[in-house]
Amino acid sequence: MDIKPEEMIKISNAMPKKSWMETPPDLSDGKFCYPAKAKTLEYLGLPNPRDWSPADEDWKLPENWQQIIHEGFKERLDKYRSLKVFMDVCVRCGACADKCHFYLGSGDPKNMPFLRAELLRSIYRNDFTLAGKLLGKFAGARKMTTTVIKEWFSYLYQCTECRRCSVFCPYGIDTAEITMMGRELLNLIGLNINWIKDPVANCSKTGNHLGIQPQNFKEIVEFFCEDIEEITGVKINPSFNRKGAEVLFVTPSGDAFADPGTYTFMGYLMLFEHIGLDYTLSTYASEGGNFGLFTSSDMMKKLNAKMYHEAERLGVKYIIGGECGHMWRVVNQYMDTMNGPANFLEVPKSPITGTVFENAASTKMIHIAEFTADLIKHNKLKLDPSRNDHLKVTWHDSCNPARAMGILEEPRYVLKSVCNNFHEMPANTIREETFCCGSGAGLNTEEIMEQRLRGGLPRANAVKYVHDKYGVNMLACMCAIDRAALPPLMDYWVPGVEVIGLHELVANALVMDGEIERTTNLRFEDLPGAEGDSDE
Amino acid sequence: MNVNIVLSLVAVVVLGALAFLGGSAPVLQGVFGIMIPYIAFVMFLGGFIWRIMKWAKSPVPFRIPTTCGQQKSLPWIKHAKLENPSSGLGVMGRMALEIFTFRSLFRNTKAEIKGDRISYEWEIWLWLGSLAFHYSFLAVLVRHMRFFLEPVPAAIKFLEAADGFFQIGLPIVMLSGVILFAAAGFLFARRVATPRLRYTSLAADYFPLFLIMAIALSGMFMRYFLRVDIVAVKELTMGLATLSPTIPANIDPFLFVHLFLVCVLFVYFPFSKLMHAGGIFLSPTRNMANNNRAKRHINPWNPDLTFVTYEKYENTFREKMIEAGLPVEKES
Amino acid sequence: MGIYKHLDAHAKEITKAWTTRFSEGYPTVGGQFIMKEKDSFNNPIGAMAKESFTGVFALISQEVMPEMEALRQKLDPVIRLRAVQTFIPSEGVAFVFLLKTVIREVLKKEIQEGKVTQDDLDSFSRRVDQLSLAAFDIYMACREQIYRIRASEVRTRTLNILKTKDILCEVPEVGTEILPHDVYKNGGFEKSDENPDRGL
Repeated sequence: MDIKPEEMIKISNAMPKKSWMETPPDLSDGKFCYPAKAKTLEYLGLPNPRDWSPADEDWKLPENWQQIIHEGFKERLDKYRSLKVFMDVCVRCGACADKCHFYLGSGDPKNMPFLRAELLRSIYRNDFTLAGKLLGKFAGARKMTTTVIKEWFSYLYQCTECRRCSVFCPYGIDTAEITMMGRELLNLIGLNINWIKDPVANCSKTGNHLGIQPQNFKEIVEFFCEDIEEITGVKINPSFNRKGAEVLFVTPSGDAFADPGTYTFMGYLMLFEHIGLDYTLSTYASEGGNFGLFTSSDMMKKLNAKMYHEAERLGVKYIIGGECGHMWRVVNQYMDTMNGPANFLEVPKSPITGTVFENAASTKMIHIAEFTADLIKHNKLKLDPSRNDHLKVTWHDSCNPARAMGILEEPRYVLKSVCNNFHEMPANTIREETFCCGSGAGLNTEEIMEQRLRGGLPRANAVKYVHDKYGVNMLACMCAIDRAALPPLMDYWVPGVEVIGLHELVANALVMDGEIERTTNLRFEDLPGAEGDSDE
Repeated sequence: MNVNIVLSLVAVVVLGALAFLGGSAPVLQGVFGIMIPYIAFVMFLGGFIWRIMKWAKSPVPFRIPTTCGQQKSLPWIKHAKLENPSSGLGVMGRMALEIFTFRSLFRNTKAEIKGDRISYEWEIWLWLGSLAFHYSFLAVLVRHMRFFLEPVPAAIKFLEAADGFFQIGLPIVMLSGVILFAAAGFLFARRVATPRLRYTSLAADYFPLFLIMAIALSGMFMRYFLRVDIVAVKELTMGLATLSPTIPANIDPFLFVHLFLVCVLFVYFPFSKLMHAGGIFLSPTRNMANNNRAKRHINPWNPDLTFVTYEKYENTFREKMIEAGLPVEKES
Repeated sequence: MGIYKHLDAHAKEITKAWTTRFSEGYPTVGGQFIMKEKDSFNNPIGAMAKESFTGVFALISQEVMPEMEALRQKLDPVIRLRAVQTFIPSEGVAFVFLLKTVIREVLKKEIQEGKVTQDDLDSFSRRVDQLSLAAFDIYMACREQIYRIRASEVRTRTLNILKTKDILCEVPEVGTEILPHDVYKNGGFEKSDENPDRGL
């Protein structure tokens, strides 16, 4: 009858006294992403389509699934030096352990990057190394069982492939690479998640993850133009699928669809109109993002192929890419290799400033932040940063642009040019050490909201610091997933901080030719001073 | 007590005892003094090359450097040439920093709020411990070359002089050996003291540490306490080096403990995590330039895949596109 | 009521012991990290717990019972954290009760010497009970917030569709299940049978 407090808390204390190999994953309801439906897999021609749930005891795996995994593993070891080296060289020094946002937010040891990798490594040792075969558990090897495959599923979908651990690893071991390979293997036996597979299916069909049809894509953009005209008095004239344009502009479809990304899209339109860029949007290549990256290299290639294909068809000179995180991982590190060479394009040259972007000489695709930074540097934009004076802004470096590209200064330069109040978060939470939003790599789905909020805690914690210290009320970023994932994160951990895309800030500050006096920003919120109250 | 620790420790002790017994029996001295060292050396060299070849056999399909600084883009933006190299030279610089200074480990900074401001301090011990461990190992290794070279090169004599600079004790204590032992001890203690490391460490993590500690200890024991006959040792090692091996008459059996443990390390090396020494050179996230967009990287197995072409897309949506006033390739 | 001056004298010790107990609720591997890691950006769990516990204890150890609202504010961050971690609700708030045990342990000497009486302890215990009720309220509020965020995420995503019909294309028999069933089924979309040759 008298329960001591200690006894009440004991339940959670019991967890891993056992070795991690003997600790099964928790796959009760709410602890996993919904699996992909049979129909989706059939549509995409992927193996083992069936209806199942990770909460089930029986996952309806193919009879020879162990063999499929073994052979798939072998094939990838032969195809990727990265995998082979990363399987062999880890010394378990632990430098990466406390670098993972999921570990920091949960305390779950299997979220330490090197232990996440050990989940695969233990099988690798058992299947492919002599020591593992001879010494078994003492060499850190174990046999593939259903528990192990469930563990893979659980923890490979608790990694956002953000690469933060890789920055601190003395051998550059990249957990993203390991997670990607692991997910490819899971795909071979039909273990995939719906949040990734549906966008992939949509994208191959309609050209974008969200399944927006061509006429609707046009409609949405026209809505934006109406709003812009109402706010600025300037008429915007975008074009679609137009042959002979100089530039093809590609941005993640999330920008067309969900707030606050939509305002960023409006920002692009205003900027291009203002400088008179000869560009076109495509309804076919209407997706910059690529959920194939979270599936397999083949799927990534297939989805990405549309960009060059469309650029060639339209006969543009080069491509500008919008604000997106993983899209830029693909564009910067994979696109040219997979679908190049794009000899039908020209080295990007800004028609306004004449700057030639030699850094994109082969891929022929530049980031809009590079493009805009160059415009501002050459004084080609008339900007009134005081329109953003009511905002105290901090900058969230998105994982992929930071650690798979290194685009750090361009957005900061743009940001500082368009707003007067800018405060950096602590140094070990930005730039190459930036913390993930917690929802990347296909994990931006609501059924695992707790996991996302946990994973985003380190990011939120740093935002809270600048919020408390400088009164920061706006978190700027250039990634569509961030724009979707950070608002709930802020809502939960740091209420009072909103999320904004870089080019929304640009557009708010941009003084366009022939514009009327603006009384609201792009969100139809009154501008400070517009109602007679001065902003101090 | 952790079974992995016990097992590793027992293994090292057994190996040492084995060598002592073998070295004490004149008939087996040939095995421990000549045969095993030759086998170990061949296995080390062969194993090392085999391992590197095995890695190198797999291609690098994509250029995937982890970028740790500003990319090279516009000329007026300061490019982090070493943290985010865009050329071969930059990559060499980055690799040199990584190999000689353990750059990535050094990145472990900690921020702490003291009063009103944040201060940063380095989580320096892992970095320092590893650095001490690897450099003292190198110094010890180079010093030991004196046993295999006649005359002893000036460089080695110089290193020895530097190593014994403090002139403590007689024979003069070589700091490198002491540091090696202490650093290995630190790395072991760290593994045991940090719960998350203790929880995840394998026998393969403890065994090499114990082995190296045992090697350092046996070496120092011979030099400072047994004061073995150096001339006899050199006779043995020179015999090995000149391929005319002999077992000198007055050799101390304890030498075989030291020698055998070194042989075990040599054999163990290519088949274990110690190969990180070679692997670091092949790590694609570090040894590649971030110039993907400037220079095309070739994937040797780039597959040919069908995707949804524009034609298929237009076929699906043609009517709607026409209705919406979007340009189409074919009117019907 | 002699207990409060003793509580005050031992404040640091008590908060530390409380945090330690709290961290023991995490896997062995995480617990020590939570206690030791000083970088608050690198250890948000530990930082939040310490801040909350220090704040709560500073209030609750005053002779005058503090405003419940002030207590709630201090308690909020750590409960907020528990609400997104994999605990069942009772585990989520159980650590509040540990304060009773901690007090008994830290004030052991004073209790033996009779400086702190059973009555003192009982009255303090009642405060802890109140605190735990507040903790439960916050926990529930956090959970509700999570559900609300979850729901509003779906709503934000579908708002545009509901404004404009026929905005999404269903891949035949696949649907666009990043939207929940009820939305796209009732959202006025055309069915795929109208256009049977959709698909690859």
